[in-house]
Amino acid sequence: MIKAVPKPLEEILDQVKDFTKVLIAGCDGCVTVCEAGGLKEVKVLASALRLYFTQAGKQAQIDETSLTRQCEKEYLAQLSDKMDIYDAVVSLACGCGVQYMAEMYNNKIIYPGVDTCFLGVNEERGLYVERCQACGRCILAETGGICPIARCSKRMLNGPCGGSDKGKCEINKDIPCGWELIYERLKTLGQLDRFEKPVDPKDWSTSRDGGPRTIVREDLRI
Amino acid sequence: MSVTTPSKLQKMIDSGNFAVTSEVGPPRSADGAVIEHKGKLIKDYVDAINVTDNQTSVCRVCSLACCIRLKLMGLEACLQMVTRDRNRIALQSDILGAASFGINNILCLTGDHQHFGDHAKCANVFDLDSVQLIQTVKMMRDEGKLLGGHEFAVRPQMYIGAAANPFAGPNVAMRVSRLAKKVAAGVQFIQTQCIYNMDTFKEFMKLMVDRGLHEKVAILAGITPLRNVGMAKYMQKRVPGIDVPDDIVRRIGGVPKEKQAEEGLTLAVEQIQELKEVEGVRGFHIMAIEWEEKVGEIVERGGLYPRPQLA
Repeated sequence: MIKAVPKPLEEILDQVKDFTKVLIAGCDGCVTVCEAGGLKEVKVLASALRLYFTQAGKQAQIDETSLTRQCEKEYLAQLSDKMDIYDAVVSLACGCGVQYMAEMYNNKIIYPGVDTCFLGVNEERGLYVERCQACGRCILAETGGICPIARCSKRMLNGPCGGSDKGKCEINKDIPCGWELIYERLKTLGQLDRFEKPVDPKDWSTSRDGGPRTIVREDLRI
Repeated sequence: MSVTTPSKLQKMIDSGNFAVTSEVGPPRSADGAVIEHKGKLIKDYVDAINVTDNQTSVCRVCSLACCIRLKLMGLEACLQMVTRDRNRIALQSDILGAASFGINNILCLTGDHQHFGDHAKCANVFDLDSVQLIQTVKMMRDEGKLLGGHEFAVRPQMYIGAAANPFAGPNVAMRVSRLAKKVAAGVQFIQTQCIYNMDTFKEFMKLMVDRGLHEKVAILAGITPLRNVGMAKYMQKRVPGIDVPDDIVRRIGGVPKEKQAEEGLTLAVEQIQELKEVEGVRGFHIMAIEWEEKVGEIVERGGLYPRPQLA
């Protein structure tokens, strides 16, 4: 799932401090799972903003809501009746949700309330780790189910590099070397022959290098 | 190792003599005289001079410009090229540019992560990795073709090299497998990471010999003289992928400060003597970091001077 972290309160305060009516809009999807932008975080942020305005001696209306998903129009449309009253919205959805809300409510100022980070897993509560960079052409079948693009700091397809040390990445001794993991997994699977076969240069055009991406599924379109 | 190029380094290796290479690091300014000075210091003691490519991700004069400068001085240059900063268009473009000046040696590297350098906030590229760069140079040279499919007549005559680090442990067999992948991609010579742990290096070479890989690629053993105990400790603790055993640190630290440089040079010479006896070692790559003036002494005392003059 998409992983995000809440933005620093000061950054959000700086954006909304001159408004009097602000909506904090959470998302019940990914950002709820990683506890960055669900209803719980909406309430926490709204309380903090109310406290700020009270202490600053200002009158402000801070409302709270959370939508099932901010990446879908039908849920965003649920705000259409009341959107007019707000000066601004702080969306705690991922970058997709923030943009989709801005697209739908063209004349409304929408601020991001989280920093969207990566596609990852929940190793533990509060510990999220990247696993996928959405390159658009999955190679996990060849690499023992471990992605070198997401898990090697140099996204090497023929690793490991010479900088790994005791199984750890050269940039941080807390990051496992992705290619050491791949080597060990291939060994476990009896597929070490794959390791010695050079992998050709990748076609990055399905990744961000190909420009903004669109999926058209004719089989699903009406 | 089948394809013959005009490379003088290849000629030396193929002659059966121990080859000697060294490297020069470009300056962090537009002062071209630095490379000329360093080139002059070592030119009589080596068969080819590597020019590092923004090593440790610190921005410097580009390797290509320095290689051209050395070439114009009549010296044999080896273009180090990392894939961190350039995509396949720029890499191939620089290879063609180098070849157009008659540069015949290339060292294909992935490169240190920019995290180490003076521009830690930059984007990296890594469109290719070192193995794919080897494949690319080989395709350009042997097929006269770019990765995009364009075919051309005047091909870059590159003797293709790469690095190997037997010490990026803990698994030495994996390091041999990784090198086997570079061999499969078409590499012809290898310059190893600096060797301090002789046991690990010998274990690595034994595995290479057992698989016959030493006959498919020429191994030049990496030597870096230690200037003092501070450098030994720094290399031991701070430089990723370098293995400096405690007894080496103790040896350099065990002599008075003013004699530590001498001890470091003696150690380097002893390493060369010992490595000459290791099956599969075909030469030496001396990386005297900002200590180029000592390359000549190491080569002489290592019994590698004068350099054979080949027809």
